[in-house]
Amino acid sequence: MTSFHGPATFAPNAATELQLLPLRFERLGANRFLVANFVGDLLLLNEEELDRTVSLAIAPGDGLYERAFEKLLVTRKKQRSQLQLLALRLRSRMSFLREPTPLHLFVVTLRCEHSCPYCQVSRRSAERDRFDMSEELALRAVNVALSAPTPRIKIEFQGGEPLLNFELVRKIVGAVHERAPARNKAVEFVIASNLALLSDEVLAFCQKNDILLSTSLDGPADLHNRNRPRPGGNSHELAVAGIRRAQKVLGRSRVGALMTTTEASLTRVEEIVDEYLRLDLDGIFLRPLSPYGFAIKTKQFERYDGAEWLAFYKRGLRYIIEVNKRGRYFPEFYAALLLKRMLSDRPIGYVDLRSPAGIGLGALVYNYDGKVFASDEGRMLAEMGDRTFELGDLRKDDYRSLVLSDKLVGLIGNTLSQCAPQCSSCAYEPHCGAEPVYHHATQGDAVGIKPLSEFCARQKGVLQLLFEILDSGGEDSAVLRRWASG
Amino acid sequence: MMPLALAGSAIAVAGATPSERRMVLRVRDPRSAAEIDDRDGALIRDEGDLLAARARRFKAAVFLEGALLSDNADGFEVTVRLGERFDHLGDGDIVGLDPGSLRLRVLYRRASKHNSFLVTERCNHYCLMCSQPPRNVKDGWIIDEIASCIDLLDPATASVGFTGGEPLLEWRCFIALLAAFRGRLPETAIHVLTNGRAFAAEEVTAAWAALGFQRLTAGIPLYSAVDAVHDYVVQARGAFDDTVLGILRLKDKGQRVEVRIVLHAVTAPRLRETCAWLARNLPFVDHVALMGMENTGFALANQDLLWIDPLDYRADLACGVNVLRAAGMNVSIYNLPLCLLDRSVWDFAVQSISDWKNGYLSECDGCAGFFSSGRPRLSRGISPIAAADLQRTLSGHGVVVGDAGS
Repeated sequence: MTSFHGPATFAPNAATELQLLPLRFERLGANRFLVANFVGDLLLLNEEELDRTVSLAIAPGDGLYERAFEKLLVTRKKQRSQLQLLALRLRSRMSFLREPTPLHLFVVTLRCEHSCPYCQVSRRSAERDRFDMSEELALRAVNVALSAPTPRIKIEFQGGEPLLNFELVRKIVGAVHERAPARNKAVEFVIASNLALLSDEVLAFCQKNDILLSTSLDGPADLHNRNRPRPGGNSHELAVAGIRRAQKVLGRSRVGALMTTTEASLTRVEEIVDEYLRLDLDGIFLRPLSPYGFAIKTKQFERYDGAEWLAFYKRGLRYIIEVNKRGRYFPEFYAALLLKRMLSDRPIGYVDLRSPAGIGLGALVYNYDGKVFASDEGRMLAEMGDRTFELGDLRKDDYRSLVLSDKLVGLIGNTLSQCAPQCSSCAYEPHCGAEPVYHHATQGDAVGIKPLSEFCARQKGVLQLLFEILDSGGEDSAVLRRWASG
Repeated sequence: MMPLALAGSAIAVAGATPSERRMVLRVRDPRSAAEIDDRDGALIRDEGDLLAARARRFKAAVFLEGALLSDNADGFEVTVRLGERFDHLGDGDIVGLDPGSLRLRVLYRRASKHNSFLVTERCNHYCLMCSQPPRNVKDGWIIDEIASCIDLLDPATASVGFTGGEPLLEWRCFIALLAAFRGRLPETAIHVLTNGRAFAAEEVTAAWAALGFQRLTAGIPLYSAVDAVHDYVVQARGAFDDTVLGILRLKDKGQRVEVRIVLHAVTAPRLRETCAWLARNLPFVDHVALMGMENTGFALANQDLLWIDPLDYRADLACGVNVLRAAGMNVSIYNLPLCLLDRSVWDFAVQSISDWKNGYLSECDGCAGFFSSGRPRLSRGISPIAAADLQRTLSGHGVVVGDAGS
C-alpha cells in the first residue's frame, strides 16, 4: 500500500500561488468588518483577519484560509473553478437583462377622488377630457408593451384612480387578449386602486380576467383617513370593505396593499402591522415617502429624515418577526426582496432596485397624454415640470425608439452602481441598485453624492440590519430565511 | 452481521474451453426459467433441479455443494461447483468466472435493488477513506465482461450503478458501455459514481450529454468547499478544481448530478460551511447525499485520522440539511441509523446501505442499519427508537440507486 500524504502536501504556497479575488468591505464597528465577495456573499472579519486576507497571509488549517476560500475571496492562480463560480453566479444575478421591460404602467386617468397630501402624482379632480387617456393612445401603448422582448409582461393600471376610467381598462384588457397570443406573450394585469369605487362589475371583470388588485392601506382608520382624505372622510372604511370583498371574490392572494409612512405613522408601526394582520393580508411593505409630486409641494417629504424612517422600519421589522415566530407567515416585502438577493442569485423582478437601472429596461410608463416615461417617478417629475425621464410620445415612437433612445441609454449607462463613485466600493452594492430618478430629483444629478443620499442611508441601514439578524442565527434568522425562499 | 459473498472461488469448473480466459454465466432456475440462452447455467440444489435441467437441455449446470450424486455432471457441457456461501444465488443472477483460477464474481443479482458494476479498480484518486482501494492494474477485461453480459440482464431492472475505481479513466470505452446498456435497458435508472474530474474536459461532457439519457446521474463526491481539504481527502492536487468545473459543465449541459459528502473527522468539522457553500454556489445540483462513513478499506488504515462518532456531528448535520433544504435542494442522509440523527432530519434519512452488506444489531429492528462490511465501529449513541416513530419515518422512503459506499 502506498503511504498517504499529509495536509501540507495539498496546501498552496501563499507567496507564489494565491491570488486575491475582488472584495469590498464596510466597517460595522471598532473591530468588525463586513466583507463581501464579488457577488455579495457576506462575511464578518475583524481588522487583523481582514488585513491577513488582503495580504494573503493565510494558510489551510488557520481557519481564515478556509473561510476566505469558501466565500470566494481568494483563489489559486491556476484554478479555474473559483472564477467560473463567480462568473456563473454573476450571470444568474444579472439575467433579468435577458428579459427587457417586464412592467408596463398605463396611466389611464390622472383624476382621483382622493386628495392625499403625500400623493406622488399631481392628482386632478375635474376635466374628464383633459386628464383621461384616449382609446387611440391606449391601443398604441398596448402595441408598444407587446413589443417588449420578454415573454412575460405585467400591465399595471395606474392613476389617478384608474377605476374612474374603468371603460378604458376594459378596452385595454380586451385588446391585449386579442393581440398577445400572436406575439407569444403571457400577460398579467394589476389594477392599482384605492378601492373606493370597487363595484361588483369591476370585481366580476377582475375575476374573469385574473386581474390582481393592489391598494393603499396606511394603518388604522384615524391614521389612514388623515393621510388619505376624500369627500366623506371614509377612505379607510371603503378600502377595508374593498379588501374584504376582493378577498372573498378573487381570493386572498389576489389583493395586496401598500402603506406609505408619514410623519404621523412614525410612532405607530405596531398598529399599522396589526391592521394588516386583522385584514388577513399576506404581508406588508413598509415604504418611505418619495420625493415627488404632491409630497414635495405639500412639504410632506421634509417632515422626517432617513434616520427617523430607519428607526421606524427597525421597530416594525422586529415586531413583524415576532408575529412570524408565533406561527403566522407574514413577510415584510422589502426585506424579503433584499433577502432574496442576499441569500440567492435568483434575479429579482423588482424593477426599482437594479443596476443597470430599471428605467425603461425594467418598466415603461404610458401617461394619459401619450407621453412615455422611463419610470413612474419619472412621470411624477414631469408633472412638476422636469422632463428628464420623458422618453417619447406614443403618437410617433415604438418600443425600439423608446428603449434605444440616446437619452435612456445615457441615463442608464451613466448610473451603473457597479462603477458609480462610492457604490463601486460598497459592500452592499450587489444587493442594491442604481436610483437615477431619485438622485436626479433630490440632488439634480442622476448619480448623486451617496453620503448625502437618504436612499443610500436607508439601503445601508436596512441591509446591515438584515445581515445582523441573519448572522445572529436562531429563530429570527430562520424567519428571514423563510421569507427569502418564499 | 456478515455480508453476502459476491466474490470468491468456485470449488471446481469442468468443461470450459481452456482458451476461454473468462466466462459469463447466467444462473437459472431449471424448473421455472422461460427461454434458455447458451450462456445460461441451471442452478442445481436437488434431484428435481437436476432432472429439470437435463430435460430442458441446459448446456451448463451450477451445482451448490452438498446437494448431489457423483454422476451428476453427465449431459452438461460445462459444470461449475460452488460452495454454500453462494447459496444466495437465484434465477437471473449473473456471475463472471475465470476457469483457470476458479475466481468468481457475482456481477448482477436480479432480485436486488442495489446492483452495481465495478468498472475498473484503477483510480486517479487515493481517498483516505476509500472503501474499494484502487489498484494500478490492467483491467480492461472488466468492461468487456460487463459488456458481454448486458443482453442477459432483466430489462425490468429498476436501477443499476457503476462504480470503480474511476469509471471515466477510459471514458470512451465507458461511455460506449453506457450506450450499449441503454439499448438493452431503456427504462433503467443509471447511477455512475465518479470523481467528476473527467468532465472538466468539454469533450467528455459533450459525449456524456450526447447519450441523451433522462435517467442517468453522475454521483460526484465533493468533500469540502476548500480546495486544500478536498485535495487532501482524495490525495490529489488539483482535484477540487477539476471536480467543481466538471459539475458546472455537466449542469451546463442539463445533466443530472448528485454531490456526495462522506462524513468523517476531516470533512465533518466544516459541514455547516460546506452545505452553506453548496446552497450558494451549486444550488442547481439535483441531489446532495450526506453519508456516514463505511469503516472498511482505507478507512480502517486511517482510522485514527478519520473516525468521529456521528453523535459528535449530529447538530452540524441537522444544520447542514436545513441550510440545503432552505435553498430548495434535494438532500438525503445515507448510512446513518436514526438514533444518531437529530429528530428534525429523520425525514431525510434513507435506507441506503446495499442489501448485501446491510447489518443490524438486535435493538435495531426495522431501522436503516449499518454497514456490515469491514470492521464496523459503533457510535456510543446507538439506541432503539419507538416503533411508531420509526414507522412514520421509514414508510414511503425509496431506495438509493447505486451503492452508497464511500
